[in-house]
Amino acid sequence: MIPELGHFALIIALCLALLLALVPAWGTWRGNSVAMALAPSLAIGLLVFVGISFSCLSAAFLQDDFSVKLVASHSNSLLPPIYKFSAVWGNHEGSLMLWVLILSLWTAAVALFSSQLPLLVLSRVLSVMGAIGVGFLSFTLFTSNPFARLLPGAPADGSDLNPLLQDPGLIIHPPLLYMGYVGFSVAFSFAIAALLGGRLDASWARWSRPWTNIAWAFLTLGIMLGSWWAYYELGWGGWWFWDPVENASFMPWLAGTALIHSLAATEKRGLFKSWTVLLAIFAFSLSLLGTFLVRSGVLTSVHAFATDPSRGMFILVFLAVVVGGSLTLYAFRAPAVSSRVSFAWVSRESLLLCNNVVFLVATLTVLFGTLFPLIVDALGLGKVSVGPPYFNAVFVPLMALLVPFMSLGPVSRWKRDAVSRWGRELAIPAAVAVLCGVTLPLLHAPYNVWVALAVLLSSWLVLGLARDFWQRLRSGSDPVQGLSRLTPGYCGMLIAHLGFAACVTGIVATSQYAVEHDLKMSPGESRVLAGYEFRFVELAQVRGPNFVADEARFEVTRDGVFVAALHPQKRRYLASGSVMTEAAIDAGLFRDLFVAMGEPVGSSGAWAIRLHYKPLVRWMWLGAILMAVGAFTAVLDKRYRRQREVVHSSHEAALRGA
Amino acid sequence: MHPVRQQRLTLVLFVAVFSSVAIGLVIYALRGNIHLFYPPADVVAGKAPAGQSIRVGGMVVKGSVQRAEDSLAVTFKLTDFHSTVPVVYTGILPDLFGEDQGAVASGVLTTDGVLEATEILAKHDENYMPPEVADALENSGYDYQGKAK
Repeated sequence: MIPELGHFALIIALCLALLLALVPAWGTWRGNSVAMALAPSLAIGLLVFVGISFSCLSAAFLQDDFSVKLVASHSNSLLPPIYKFSAVWGNHEGSLMLWVLILSLWTAAVALFSSQLPLLVLSRVLSVMGAIGVGFLSFTLFTSNPFARLLPGAPADGSDLNPLLQDPGLIIHPPLLYMGYVGFSVAFSFAIAALLGGRLDASWARWSRPWTNIAWAFLTLGIMLGSWWAYYELGWGGWWFWDPVENASFMPWLAGTALIHSLAATEKRGLFKSWTVLLAIFAFSLSLLGTFLVRSGVLTSVHAFATDPSRGMFILVFLAVVVGGSLTLYAFRAPAVSSRVSFAWVSRESLLLCNNVVFLVATLTVLFGTLFPLIVDALGLGKVSVGPPYFNAVFVPLMALLVPFMSLGPVSRWKRDAVSRWGRELAIPAAVAVLCGVTLPLLHAPYNVWVALAVLLSSWLVLGLARDFWQRLRSGSDPVQGLSRLTPGYCGMLIAHLGFAACVTGIVATSQYAVEHDLKMSPGESRVLAGYEFRFVELAQVRGPNFVADEARFEVTRDGVFVAALHPQKRRYLASGSVMTEAAIDAGLFRDLFVAMGEPVGSSGAWAIRLHYKPLVRWMWLGAILMAVGAFTAVLDKRYRRQREVVHSSHEAALRGA
Repeated sequence: MHPVRQQRLTLVLFVAVFSSVAIGLVIYALRGNIHLFYPPADVVAGKAPAGQSIRVGGMVVKGSVQRAEDSLAVTFKLTDFHSTVPVVYTGILPDLFGEDQGAVASGVLTTDGVLEATEILAKHDENYMPPEVADALENSGYDYQGKAK
């Protein structure tokens, strides 16, 4: 009964989404304010019914209702309850449900927290989001119904969740990632609404900035968790593979990074207006493209579920409609919103432009590398894959090009600045950065030029920020007053840029210094890796709730001092019989020690063992967390709320005047 | 010329130059990093180049996986039920690698027709088959259990 209820709720949700897409849009066209005023209630109704539907699906999973096909093929009665719940989105149909749920969450959030927006703008934004909702709800209902039953002939037990997905990281990775992916739909809807209205000014940028920031922050966290999960769960110790699906989440992130920076210029100076709109369209289109790549199964990847060509076709058509439609609209309306503001070449605007060019080129190169195999295949020229060296060769120099400008950004002034002033401000940070770049890598032998370069760049960035921070503290009569004058927007920028510096340092240091060995080891043997002695003490058998495992017990010492006990496992899951590697990691701020079991080798009880030493690997994830924290902090800025009230009152005044 | 127009022109030129540099970089990086996929039938027929990084995919032949006693070297055979390619690899195999299962090996083909693999990709869950392998089987006219279609 519950699954049918869920199915029914989903159908009602589709009807509500249709109404949301059509009624307010009709209202804005005919100037009917009653129709426009329906938009927020419809948005909340949409959330309620999608929520009911999602809860019904979760209930089916938690109650082990194996007569539902989805539950039977992705869950098992032995599964711990928390994984039964996360199994809801550990498959194609359920992950689409999550997509739709999060989309309706964002839609309802816009309806609730934008009551200060002019009704005309709000109803346009919500009807665009409703239209996106129609697309995804009909995709779910018509091609991937999660509530399909297996009647008669329901199995006694399910065939289990893929063991790779039975992990705490996977409980939160998809929701966070989708919050980001789908969150760009808000920026997209604001952009479309602006194009439809032909009105695009600083207040438009101010409305869409906090939403874009929040979406970007969630996407950052989602990507970070994915990378972290790959690191400890896939058992290879790698943290980024330039896998098509990783790229699919990374491209919207890159475009989104460009977007939040160009929004800054649009809000503060009224510049790059039509460009910002284009970026918003681009970022969301990349989110959709990502969904297509992941869900259509056209590419070999960890994330591809069993495929069905009709689904791929549906998303492809949807993508074409969204991209084609919005670009057509853009072509007609962009001239109406373009700006005529000038700025000098030496100014903050130019630096933001550099950011945009670099991030856009980075996005396009990643896009090209990801789609190249598809293009070649479509042309019938054979099946190719593009390896990680391509992405590294293109991406790393681009990022290195970016950092020198990043330090100038906060120090620089809008409109017009002077190179000589930059020189005065940043001479000391530059000198200290060179000093750091030369000396800090000495701490870790052997000396590595690439690490030195990374330290040089990131300390240049950090010191430039520190210099600017100090300057602002001194601008008050005393440091406390100076501190209280800092806006959340500024603090957010500071935190996020520090995070970027940490990320750069972490990535380069791990890539250059990591020691990775695959060895054959028997119990009792020991190996030395980067000064750490790994001793294989014994092999044991252990039993978990739904698996049995061989466990290798390792003891790590350094100069005779005990460091850590590591117990990697090789698990065999009972329901599916599949085998999984569970790596053991001793985590630290400055280095990780990683042990994973391969397979038994020979007849003497030896195993293939993977030993890794990874310095500063945590820095890149900490850096990503800082970036997200920075973006969240910036949203707290009072001006986003205050300005809305001003707009509200002026709007009311206008109404009264009329 | 209007100063704003002039600035816009400079901007466009700058973007054009910058993107050409980027495109140059992309083509350079792409040249050495494209791995073509060959089904075993093509490899045995001599259509795959030796000494160059390629990928070969098929089903792992039952009983062909052999580990060395004293190192991490392993040998196995990949088949599309039409032809068979021997593969050598040193290292740890993925968890879902197994006999009678689909796998893709990337590496260099030696002149005597053995693939020296540097990376092995296996399927990721029970219902999933790498698309290249599915295609290779499609073309050879056999299903994944080796039955003629």
